[in-house]
Amino acid sequence: MAQGWGLGALINLDHYGHYIQWHVIQISVGNLIVMVLMVATFVAALLAPFPGRRNRKGAK
Amino acid sequence: MSTDIDRQWTSRIRHNVVDKLPPDKLLPDTQPAYVASWIYVFGVTTIAALGVVILTGIILALDGPQWWHSSSLGHFVNSMHLWSVEIFFFAMVVHLWGKFSMAAWRGGRSLTWVTGAVTFMASILAGFTGYVSQTNFDSQWIATQAKDGINSTGGGAFFNVLNLGQMLMWHIVLLPLAAVVLTALHVIMVRVKGVVPPFEDATTEVSA
Repeated sequence: MAQGWGLGALINLDHYGHYIQWHVIQISVGNLIVMVLMVATFVAALLAPFPGRRNRKGAK
Repeated sequence: MSTDIDRQWTSRIRHNVVDKLPPDKLLPDTQPAYVASWIYVFGVTTIAALGVVILTGIILALDGPQWWHSSSLGHFVNSMHLWSVEIFFFAMVVHLWGKFSMAAWRGGRSLTWVTGAVTFMASILAGFTGYVSQTNFDSQWIATQAKDGINSTGGGAFFNVLNLGQMLMWHIVLLPLAAVVLTALHVIMVRVKGVVPPFEDATTEVSA
């Protein structure tokens, strides 16, 4: 953490990584969170309404 | 009737480029209505993140490892470099999923798809060489683990991950150049062929 400026990560990251193991599959919690967020973002991008879409109907 | 000037290589290239990519196609004022969807924003998000990656990389290169390891501003720029890479890959993967689900290689867009795929692979290599160029214990650990994998493929004869100088040169010269050039080609291909339409509109597409 950056001590001098009083700034740091919102979550304390200064520890060993956490891992999830299922048989031969082992994945860090950090990587799993990123993968879940990517899937969630993908689904949200397909379903969420896009601002101003109605006004763009005239676009070619 | 063509003149001598029309037959010059400069004239021929210019006419070819303008025919294939006229200025209003290169920088269009409008896009098809179906582009108004969040799934279409991840390509440009990836390019924006790449811009921050390059900019912060240039700042890191100016002052070097001592600076990014020991000063507050160095830590900040180093973190910006890392997190812009995270956003770059995050957005690129969502962009890839989106385009895969649209079968975005339709309508003669195979070269667009291929340049995107090769850019992805070059970016993975750029990310990897960045991790082994940090000049800390993390990079040493990653390099010593990766060497066995790469040596098992035979690639270790040409690509020595324990050679910091070689990895740093790949990371700051060769791979960024490849990523930027491939991205530019990818965007040009998107401009030439247009954004892939949804499946129900595909019948209006002209196959190239």
